[in-house]
Amino acid sequence: MSTHEGPAADAAGLDPHGDVSVDELALTEELAGAGITAAGGVASADAAEYAMRLGDDALVLAQQLGMWIARAPELEEDVALGNIALDLIGHARSLLHYAGTATGRSEDDLAYWRDEPEWRNAWLFEQPNGDFAHTIARQLVASAYLLELYAALTESTDPTLAAIAAKAVKEVDYHRDHAIQWVLRLAGGTDESRRRMIVALADTWPYAEELFADDELVERLADEGVAVLPSSLRPAFDAVIDEVLAEARLELPTGRTAFTASGGGRRGSHTEHLGPLLAEMQVLARAHPGASW
Amino acid sequence: MTSPADLSVASREAHDEAAQALFDDLIAKDSRIEPRDWMPEAYRKTLIRQISQHAHSEIIGMQPESNWITRAPSLKRKAILMAKVQDEAGHGLYLYSAAQTLGISREEMMDQLIEGRARYSSIFNYTTPTWADMGAIGWLVDGAAICNQVPLCRASYGPYGRAMVRICKEESFHQRQGFEILLELMQGTEAQREMAQDAVNRWYWPSLMMFGPPDDQSPNSAQSMAWNIKRFSNDDLRQRFVGMLVPQAEVLGVTLPDPNLRFDEETGQYEMSEIDWTEFDEVLAGRGPANAERLRRRRQAHEEGAWVREAAHEYARKQAERALEASGAVA
Amino acid sequence: MSTPGETGTEAWPLWEVFVRANRGLSHVHVGSLHAPDPDMAVRNARDVYTRRNEGVSIWVVPADAITTSDPDAKGAYFESPAGKNYRHAVYYTKSEGVKHL
Repeated sequence: MSTHEGPAADAAGLDPHGDVSVDELALTEELAGAGITAAGGVASADAAEYAMRLGDDALVLAQQLGMWIARAPELEEDVALGNIALDLIGHARSLLHYAGTATGRSEDDLAYWRDEPEWRNAWLFEQPNGDFAHTIARQLVASAYLLELYAALTESTDPTLAAIAAKAVKEVDYHRDHAIQWVLRLAGGTDESRRRMIVALADTWPYAEELFADDELVERLADEGVAVLPSSLRPAFDAVIDEVLAEARLELPTGRTAFTASGGGRRGSHTEHLGPLLAEMQVLARAHPGASW
Repeated sequence: MTSPADLSVASREAHDEAAQALFDDLIAKDSRIEPRDWMPEAYRKTLIRQISQHAHSEIIGMQPESNWITRAPSLKRKAILMAKVQDEAGHGLYLYSAAQTLGISREEMMDQLIEGRARYSSIFNYTTPTWADMGAIGWLVDGAAICNQVPLCRASYGPYGRAMVRICKEESFHQRQGFEILLELMQGTEAQREMAQDAVNRWYWPSLMMFGPPDDQSPNSAQSMAWNIKRFSNDDLRQRFVGMLVPQAEVLGVTLPDPNLRFDEETGQYEMSEIDWTEFDEVLAGRGPANAERLRRRRQAHEEGAWVREAAHEYARKQAERALEASGAVA
Repeated sequence: MSTPGETGTEAWPLWEVFVRANRGLSHVHVGSLHAPDPDMAVRNARDVYTRRNEGVSIWVVPADAITTSDPDAKGAYFESPAGKNYRHAVYYTKSEGVKHL
């Protein structure tokens, strides 16, 4: 039955509220990979840590993009950024759900009850929205990285991670396209927009390095075919960035190897931005321990 | 003597008369008026006012809820709330587009809004201090909005009706998610139950005011009903809304904050306390708790986005110029 | 006469959006939106009009590129088919009951 059948259906009806029933719809799986964990696919400690890194990246970025809603430059962009944020929340929920299976915690336990040092996101994702150019610069770097990552991760020997990646890769493909379109427009628009885009790129670029750093955990997991070595994603990422910047007639502001010392996100060391972000995100949940919503 | 100018006036009058007859006939048959049709100027103005106010309400209405996106207490609720607020941007956009077919630009409407020259639903000038407000807004405010909107799917102006069909379809989840938030709270801890009841107490009366003044004080209603824009009177809709709420409140376990609310078997109507129309008038006049904040924030978003809109416009212009040059070079 | 809505004065022009709900169906007009150029218009259309699996393909057309018939010439345009019932199968009643016809 349809929700409101439109002009004709309630023409004779006297109930102004209409017949509020809901479209018949086969609902798709809400959390990618959840079917596998439900069937007993529990994450190993290593896989859980890895999933938490990816999940935290997605959640922190979604939290930031969510702040744009009702503040975007045009209504159409409110909707576009909302779609991207919603995709990312979906990725975060799937990944944190999976990570939690290792220790019997839920996605919300992980999102709301971990303190700052327990967060594993890279620094890029916790950098503030700034102006629209900064958000777009962050989106470009993030989505270009995530697309390579999820594309490779669809081949993971871990079926849950592979399932999550298979859904995420298509969505992130769109996010990257969205970012590229805006980089081109801001760089090739007015003098002011070009100036802002250049500044934003300079501010954002130093945080790219951390995304591609390997450590013992990913090396162990990569050997098992579970994870993708971040360093292996770099050439493809660079090729995309080079192409976009060339078309936008932009140059990388600093050398590609600048800021190598930065980035402790995977170990739980963060910039000054994560604390306030988490405080805001967690405030209500923490005021009501044990409550359900 | 008849000058040519008089002739053209006369023939225009004849044309208008025939057009008016056609318009009246379409209304009488409960058919639809489409953008290029002749329509009385007052009909056009009424629609522009109503549709743009409706669009503004969607856009301003994003604010009280977006206030809680960053603090939603679970990831599922965060996603739902984000999707809902995003829908409202979409709905504003559908409605601005419908209004544009009447010959006003979105820029013009947006200017009217941020300069404080346009109205929007007063309900959004109330603040949302607690999470339970997300539930109360969904259940009461969206519930009232749906009551108002479903009949508008049959509004005589085609683009408006079509936008409303789309909006009603998408909004079917908005009221449900609000109800569910309240239900979860009412089944939760003591603090959560208090939070829910408090929100219902605050939003109940403003949601009843959403149907507008009583019928005997609603000057524009009669004309709107004659034009098949409005299908039910304010008081009728209010009655039906309350009739819907009473059993739902029982399921929730919340108390509707009106000690005099009771069903009169004889009249088949709900009796209720007098609505505080002074409060309604005050908020309408711009003296509600958040009027200034809502406009400030909308203006800020609009102004801070100006350079982005200009950049995209300029890029498009340059691209078109290049394409033209390229084709010129080839030819 | 172009489609209503485009004022020609806005920085981001108006676009009409057509969505194909499924393979085998036509693109159907679903509404309009603003975008600076065709590339963004088709993306905005995806974001605004296909959030609930409404489509598998999208067209966007600048609103001012659409030519509409003159509403004042309704008679001249649309009166002619009336009375030409012989164009419709139901006009032919003598074959009633005959199969495959």
